[in-house]
Amino acid sequence: MMRLEQVCRDFQVGDQVVHALDHVDLVIQAGEYISVMGPSGSGKSTLLNLLGLLDRPTSGTYWLSDKDVSALGDSELAEQRQRNIGFIFQSFHLLPRLSALENVELPLVLAGAPPKERRARAREVLDAVGLSARLDHRPDQLSGGERQRVAIGRAIVMRPGVLLADEPTGNLDSKSGDEVIEIIEQLNRDGISLLVVTHDPDIGGRARRHLVMHDGRIVGDERTGLQ
Amino acid sequence: MRANDTSRLAFQSIRRYPLRTSMLLLAIAIGVAAVVLLTAVGEGARRYVTGEFAALGTHLLVVLPGKAETAGGAAGMLIGATARDLTLDDAAAILRSSRVTKIAPVVVGTGNASWRQRQREITVLGTTFEMLDVQHWRMQLGQFLPQIDMDVSSPVCVMGNGVRHEFFDGANPIGEWLRIGDTRCRVIGVLAQAGVTGPFDTDELVILPVASAQALFNAAGVFRILAEAVSRESMPAAQRDIIEIITARHQGEEDITVVTQDAVLSTFDTIFGMITTALGGIAAVSLLVAGILIMNVMLVAVSQRTQEIGLLKALGAKQTEILLLFVTEAVYLSVFGAVLGLTLGNAGTFAMRTLFPAIDFRAPTWAMAAAVFIAVISGLLFGILPANRAARLDPVQALAGR
Ligand SMILES: Nc1ncnc2c1ncn2[C@@H]1O[C@H](COP(=O)(O)OP(=O)(O)OP(=O)(O)O)[C@@H](O)[C@H]1O
Ligand SMILES: [Mg+2]
Repeated sequence: MMRLEQVCRDFQVGDQVVHALDHVDLVIQAGEYISVMGPSGSGKSTLLNLLGLLDRPTSGTYWLSDKDVSALGDSELAEQRQRNIGFIFQSFHLLPRLSALENVELPLVLAGAPPKERRARAREVLDAVGLSARLDHRPDQLSGGERQRVAIGRAIVMRPGVLLADEPTGNLDSKSGDEVIEIIEQLNRDGISLLVVTHDPDIGGRARRHLVMHDGRIVGDERTGLQ
Repeated sequence: MRANDTSRLAFQSIRRYPLRTSMLLLAIAIGVAAVVLLTAVGEGARRYVTGEFAALGTHLLVVLPGKAETAGGAAGMLIGATARDLTLDDAAAILRSSRVTKIAPVVVGTGNASWRQRQREITVLGTTFEMLDVQHWRMQLGQFLPQIDMDVSSPVCVMGNGVRHEFFDGANPIGEWLRIGDTRCRVIGVLAQAGVTGPFDTDELVILPVASAQALFNAAGVFRILAEAVSRESMPAAQRDIIEIITARHQGEEDITVVTQDAVLSTFDTIFGMITTALGGIAAVSLLVAGILIMNVMLVAVSQRTQEIGLLKALGAKQTEILLLFVTEAVYLSVFGAVLGLTLGNAGTFAMRTLFPAIDFRAPTWAMAAAVFIAVISGLLFGILPANRAARLDPVQALAGR
């Protein structure tokens, strides 16, 4: 479903080149639950950004659903992101001026869905993340855990095949962190492919496949049986 | 994205950043209002001056000795090149034209005036009683020059209000004897205060019968002759008549210049047109300043907006959709700012009209149109340029606010 072939991502910092991803090969099947761990600066976020089409590889090829997406133009990339990818950020990235419902609606608005339909769909999704009582709250009227749940709602409202989460619990206390993890695990059980970058071994341990990164390379790739 | 969603999102972000929004609106409004006010001042002054000139009598022709090199009013303002003098007989001859109703010869010089201990150099104007009508002067006290033949001198004089105050303070000068140079004259009238009307500052004048002034200055000629045509339409014909009459009297040599008030007026029109344009230029500079202000506000806000753009891209927005969003927002802001500026500017000119009812302060339509146009364009430009840069970034870069 997702396949990286010899993917590199270099950053030029002054006259130094940082190899944030160094010839990475990776295949991810539909419905997998993967954790990505590794020391700070090992390239976890860079990997996730590339998979989420938020960034482009310096070299190498990225196949998404059998389509080479490593050299697409802006508007094709936008369509791919819209249809296939849900992304959750450590810092939520909600639009502060919009209510929870409107934030969740935003991808549907961008996709040009009719107002009635998208409103119903956004309610449905907020219901699924347990926020049906907070539809009209703006982000500054929500707790951190609630904000992240709004962000999850927004990530899945387009029914993407993949959910990418970069330290989704990094800004949360352990209780709201657990709630967030439970929600995205439930989504995974319902069929979505899930990739979670985390520093928390407990959370990382819950995945069925564990990637370990170091210096821009994947140095560990283990599967555990049913948990 | 649907059109009304675009417009709704744009409007939401306008409301979301009240500080940025109000600074932008202010910048645009100030720019537009400045243009409106400055051009209103220029236009108002121009119309005031032309109006004042027209009120002086629209049928006035001024005959000067000497042939001006170039046609047009500006040359007429200069003293003609040395040529044959105009005489009182020339003046009388002009009256033969059926298109000239009144004439007033003018002799000008300076003389030392004194009354008791007070003395001072003053401008002496020699003319006839017709001058009062020709120049539309009004009397404050007494009467104007007597209705005597031009070539008859008489020891009387009329003074301007300023001269009166200097010599007599508040006292009544009528009947007093004023000494000018070697002669004496009895004061028979004081002109009402009018300031500078036409070429003379009437407040600072002493007026003598033309023959007396000629004797005082020991001059045979006259400085110029004012002639009033029967109507505005007959002015060109009157002008031709005058040239013909004088040329015949001067042995076939055309050695005079006839300036019509139209020429003077159009000179002033030109000058004030230029002043209005210059004010427009100043206004354009203020718009430019407003534009730079707009740019700064936009650039300050851009890192915040960059993250937002990154997020929209991450959620599947295309570059073109984001640009459209920002264009819409910039259109809202700059149009609203321009309307605000027009309102402020016109309120300002209304206030000026109320304070100075004599002058009709009103910005010309072209200036308002240009102001709105430039304000909207700069609002659009500086609204879109930073957004365009951000919309080209990959979402990660934009999300990082770089
Ligand atoms: N935009 C950038 N410009 C320059 N260098 C970058 C940029 N983004 C990432 N890097 C570098 O690439 C390497 C990998 O960064 P990345 O953010 O992927 O690490 P990470 O594993 O997510 O770390 P953390 O656990 O701290 O989030 C780091 O050395 C980082 O400094
Ligand atoms: Mg990271």
